[in-house]
Amino acid sequence: MTQNSLGESAVQKAVQSQQVNNGVLASATQTQPLWLLAEITYRCPLHCAFCYNPTDYDKHTQNELSTEQWIQTLRDARRLGAIQLGISGGEPLLRDDIEDIVIEAKKLGYYSNLITSGVGLTEKRIQAFKEGGLDHIQLSMHDITEEINNFITNTKTFELKKKVAAMIKNHGYPMVLNVVIHRYNIGHMKEILEMAEALGADYIELANTQYYGWSLVNRSQLMPTKEQVEEAERIANAHRANTNSKMKIFFVVPDYFAERPKKCMNGWGEVFMIVTANGDVLPCHSARVLPNMKFPNVKDSDLGWTWKDSPAFNQYRGDAWMKEPCRSCSEKANDLGGCRCQSFLLTGDAEAADPVCTKSPHRHLIDQAIEDAKNPQLQAQPIVFRNDKNSKKIIEGEFQERLTEFHALP
Amino acid sequence: MSDNIQHSDVYAIAPHHRFQWEEAQQCYVILFPEGMVKLNGGAGEVLKRVNGSASVAEIIADIKATFPDVPNIEADIMGMFELALGKQWLVKR
Repeated sequence: MTQNSLGESAVQKAVQSQQVNNGVLASATQTQPLWLLAEITYRCPLHCAFCYNPTDYDKHTQNELSTEQWIQTLRDARRLGAIQLGISGGEPLLRDDIEDIVIEAKKLGYYSNLITSGVGLTEKRIQAFKEGGLDHIQLSMHDITEEINNFITNTKTFELKKKVAAMIKNHGYPMVLNVVIHRYNIGHMKEILEMAEALGADYIELANTQYYGWSLVNRSQLMPTKEQVEEAERIANAHRANTNSKMKIFFVVPDYFAERPKKCMNGWGEVFMIVTANGDVLPCHSARVLPNMKFPNVKDSDLGWTWKDSPAFNQYRGDAWMKEPCRSCSEKANDLGGCRCQSFLLTGDAEAADPVCTKSPHRHLIDQAIEDAKNPQLQAQPIVFRNDKNSKKIIEGEFQERLTEFHALP
Repeated sequence: MSDNIQHSDVYAIAPHHRFQWEEAQQCYVILFPEGMVKLNGGAGEVLKRVNGSASVAEIIADIKATFPDVPNIEADIMGMFELALGKQWLVKR
């Protein structure tokens, strides 16, 4: 979500003062799961090196929720206030019931968004989505070159993506492109923006890779240098300043290169709720990496209890859990201490300050990663692509050295 | 009176945007790709009358009739139209 509330306009004040106002603004203490992300399957025909999905996703490809279970989940979440629905994965189009889910979402009043690689989108299916009331489709694109697209996704999907982009446009959908940015495409920023214009994109999200799941395993190979990131942002800003373009550009700042952490998920259990392929309910995509946490599952827990009362959703809500230096920090309300998963993955302590913060005693881990981005030997390591075979290997304990070398664990 | 918005203008909610009442939030919202804005009561009162056929003048008259005791309400309504147009929530018919 990009905006939380309308600014205080005169008309609001005037009408509110007459006590006829029926609008209220959300407050930090009245949390609502406005955004429901349905990670409907972890199966995927692409094998992207930067995927944020759990590296052990192979555990969850045989126990997916049924259509009925998804529909019940949509109903329950809607009652709790969910409005924006993301249908994601994996590749959601690998399920043949997306049409039914779209129809139900429309009936319930969701603003629904299919987040897809485009693989599996046909004229027949997009027609059904349009008729069913799907509001928009977010298409991932990888690069302007066939070579990099096919390399980073480990598939031959470049031509197909261009065809799908045209199909989305032809059906009157807003064109929302998502491009994950990493070392292999960051030098093509200008060309990527030109490609998006040529495809008629209304929105483009330039999502600098965040290092979770597969992208953390491949961090040394994916991470660009600080200079590359700065140049990319400069190009994005210059394009935005061009008044001939109506395309909206979201440049997602890579947190490693910032001095303060991101307010991850806009706060734990504040506005986001994620339901995974097997029904686990999470406050953020990668929460299952955290130790000693039990996340409720829609198959056996009431969703209202999960959101409001479950220990998992209350664990890091607000700031009572904080340790120093966060606890006494004057800026703690700005970022709520950053990302719990990142803290755990890099420091071994989920309650530590996000190591991105320059006030964190672990900031040297991030500085080292930035320094390592200049090291050609590290970049030359083979990429571990996201696929079932590698996921099975990770479940069995392989590739651990890729992660342990990053953090301060003994 | 705004330079851009005329009383005779007719507006509609922009394509790919949806305006609706949210029971759980007890407010109107405007929804669009990747985002949503919760509207306070006044903004909702204006946007709920934007339907692709009512003119700005008709909307002003209707709101004035509903809230007869609010002073300077016309300027507030015009301000809301300007804001909504600036945010591209509305398109001119």
